[in-house]
Amino acid sequence: MAKAASSSIKKRGRLFGESCIITWLMACAGISLVTTAAIIGILLKESFVFFENVSPLEFFFGTSWVPILQPSSFGVLPLLWGTLQVTIGAAIIAIPLGLACAIYLSEYASPKMRTYIKPLLELLAGIPTVVYGYFALTFVTPVLRSIFPDVQVFNALSAAIVVGIMILPMIATLSDNALRAVPDSLRQGAYALGATSFEVTTKVVVPAGLSGVMASFLLAISRAIGETMAVTIAAGQTPNLSLSMFESIQTMTAYIVQVSLGDTPTGGIAYQTLFAVGALLFAITLVINIFSQLILNRYREVYD
Amino acid sequence: MSLISEKDRQKLIKRKRIAFLFSKLCALITWTSVLLLAVLLYQVSSDGFGWVDWQFLSSFPSRFPERAGIKSAIVGTLWLIGLVALISIPVGVSSALYLEEFAKPGKLNKFIEVNISNLAGVPSIVYGILGLAIFVRFFALERSLLSGALTMSLLILPVIIIASREAIRSVPMSIRYAAFSLGATRWQTTWAHVLPASFPGIMTGVILALSRAIGETAPLIMIGALTFVAFLPAGPMDSFTAMPIQIYNWVSRPQQEFHDLAAAGIIVLLIVLLLMNATAIYIRNKTEKRLK
Amino acid sequence: MADLAIQGKAKSMNAESDSKAIAALNLDNVSISYSDTPAVKNVSCRFLRKKITSIIGPSGCGKSTLLRSLNRMNDFIDGVSLEGRIMFGEEDLYGPDVDSVEVRRRIGMVFQKPNPFPKSIYNNIAWGPSINGYEDSMDELVERSLKQAALWEEVKDRLHDSALNLSGGQQQRLCIARALAMEPEILLMDEPCSALDPISTAHIEDLMFELKTRYTIIIVTHNMQQASRISDYTAFMELGHLIEFGDTEQVFTKPGKKRTEEYVTGRFG
Repeated sequence: MAKAASSSIKKRGRLFGESCIITWLMACAGISLVTTAAIIGILLKESFVFFENVSPLEFFFGTSWVPILQPSSFGVLPLLWGTLQVTIGAAIIAIPLGLACAIYLSEYASPKMRTYIKPLLELLAGIPTVVYGYFALTFVTPVLRSIFPDVQVFNALSAAIVVGIMILPMIATLSDNALRAVPDSLRQGAYALGATSFEVTTKVVVPAGLSGVMASFLLAISRAIGETMAVTIAAGQTPNLSLSMFESIQTMTAYIVQVSLGDTPTGGIAYQTLFAVGALLFAITLVINIFSQLILNRYREVYD
Repeated sequence: MSLISEKDRQKLIKRKRIAFLFSKLCALITWTSVLLLAVLLYQVSSDGFGWVDWQFLSSFPSRFPERAGIKSAIVGTLWLIGLVALISIPVGVSSALYLEEFAKPGKLNKFIEVNISNLAGVPSIVYGILGLAIFVRFFALERSLLSGALTMSLLILPVIIIASREAIRSVPMSIRYAAFSLGATRWQTTWAHVLPASFPGIMTGVILALSRAIGETAPLIMIGALTFVAFLPAGPMDSFTAMPIQIYNWVSRPQQEFHDLAAAGIIVLLIVLLLMNATAIYIRNKTEKRLK
Repeated sequence: MADLAIQGKAKSMNAESDSKAIAALNLDNVSISYSDTPAVKNVSCRFLRKKITSIIGPSGCGKSTLLRSLNRMNDFIDGVSLEGRIMFGEEDLYGPDVDSVEVRRRIGMVFQKPNPFPKSIYNNIAWGPSINGYEDSMDELVERSLKQAALWEEVKDRLHDSALNLSGGQQQRLCIARALAMEPEILLMDEPCSALDPISTAHIEDLMFELKTRYTIIIVTHNMQQASRISDYTAFMELGHLIEFGDTEQVFTKPGKKRTEEYVTGRFG
């Protein structure tokens, strides 16, 4: 076929079109690098301007966050504390429950049951966070208030509960994957020694899949830290260093929303707080994500 | 004579009982989580069901709850998702093709891979800050649909890339070798065989990513989507609102009637998402069967 | 049995014309290694035109690696390097300005496991020629290729069915037809029958007899009966070395090396 045209195996010019396509593909792959660079660049640049006006000492160790009213004060601790309250509360709910779901899915549920439950959990994970906010405000908080009368309308507890529900499916599905990656030979070995299913699960399977399970916890926690709408709606807008979960607080994310909803003029100090708080939020979640990836990579090496 | 002593027998019974209780506890917790989904859906629909009617779907927002509707938000969301799909699908799939089929394995490739999984974990509100600084201010696109769509595209790109790479990787090498042995170039092989074979997997990932974009609120608030829009956008440079923004706006008002409107909005939003998810699951199940 | 005897005669006549025959591929001191692990060591030999040459040897002897180097399919495996020269006519297959895509266009390959595209039978055949600018009637080419591969009668009524619905043996013949549609000068076959049942294997062996009137065929096989049945020449490899290369009858009946004799008589391997 087409012999006359191909008497030589030497290169011909026909690859030009192809190299154009490859250049386009490469450019697309490069966008992810540009995105990261842009995020870091913008956060650093604007934070730098912010720290020309506010000392890092005040920002990181100040206990009062009053950015807009006079006299202003830029201590980020109350926001950080609010985020921490919601995150810890969510983790206390989601980690044990999520792990139990994962154990049920990987160790006890029949394959048919799995095919029903997994999509339902995915659905739970796919519900927009603004819906969780509505659920917290109109269902969880009234229930809490009927049990504990001194719960405020906006409170950290309600936010923590819905964020916990929100990250539960994530822990369940990721941990389920990790547990199912544990080879069956390990289980059979333990059963052969006369262990019960409880002993096999807690002493063999979970320890063997521990790095994957830990990574799922970390990813879920990072997600809880970055969660915005549910906490904005449910937890309120009051920077607060109180220990109580019943009071209104403000998280870092809720503050960012608050600033951008108001007509904050570009270039003002209030505008720059947005980037400083954003940078802090980004740094915290990045560290946790990288950490969880390090754990995951180790685990992949063990089982591949 | 018994094989084991009475004391050991008691111990064994206890161990078995613990195992039994543990398995039941795990099942109970799992079903409770699923039940939460039902409670949530019931709660929302019982509040909002009476409000969802043609009047609600075809009216603009209003100060009077009984006259308020979600028309501009629905149209805004359709515009937004259309633009996001136009931007993010070609770019995301191209990235995945490059990384799987063309990039030489090495440090740079590994770095891009790590970078993408980190981007997938960046909080959505940080993308909002990025969009605000880059698209709204630097490129002066203002509070337009285009700003929102570009921001949202960056947000879901990692999801699309990761899902597409997985789908591309599942295409057997033997198909590529067959094409190469016929004197096909990399791109000819990719275009004619790898892409069609991975298409269902890519579509599943794309639909799930787009449904995430439909529900995202925070980045749109950051780039300044409006909360009270009594007109329909006519082009990508117009300002806009979207369903989750409208819902947030209603939730954040104190009056009960607005909360019910929010619930009605949520019902509409969830129906759209449910349809998209069902499509994705349908495609996935269909292809699983085909590959068997 | 009578058939086999005639073939035997034909083969010994081939031996006499060896020196005059033209080499399709000429290997000069070829060594191939996977990131520093040598797989093929200093192989020199000539594959002659319009003949079938079998490469036999125990698993891991480098025979598949050698075969895949002949149309540069090794390019797709990371860390493969090749020393020495493989001359394709007047040109070095690994020369600096050689286009490996062009090489594969002219040296076709059939793989160990049938690997049809998940498309229709028709499109499996037509795709290769169409991307390479084939302009004559595609229907005729498809029919001709399928006839050459002795598959036409079985599939002519369902050309637009998925190729994945064919049996394993039919799929492999489709893969051969697909390679033939490109009208390659050389056809490389990497254990083409190892995944097939005996009846399909017989089909494909018959087919190879037909094909050698037009094509140069180089086949890697584990099956020594197959090598002795179908090939004009046989190369025996062990541990990356080419131990013996010669007329098939001579290799199987009067091998020149002790290792060859031990292998073909089944004393090891």
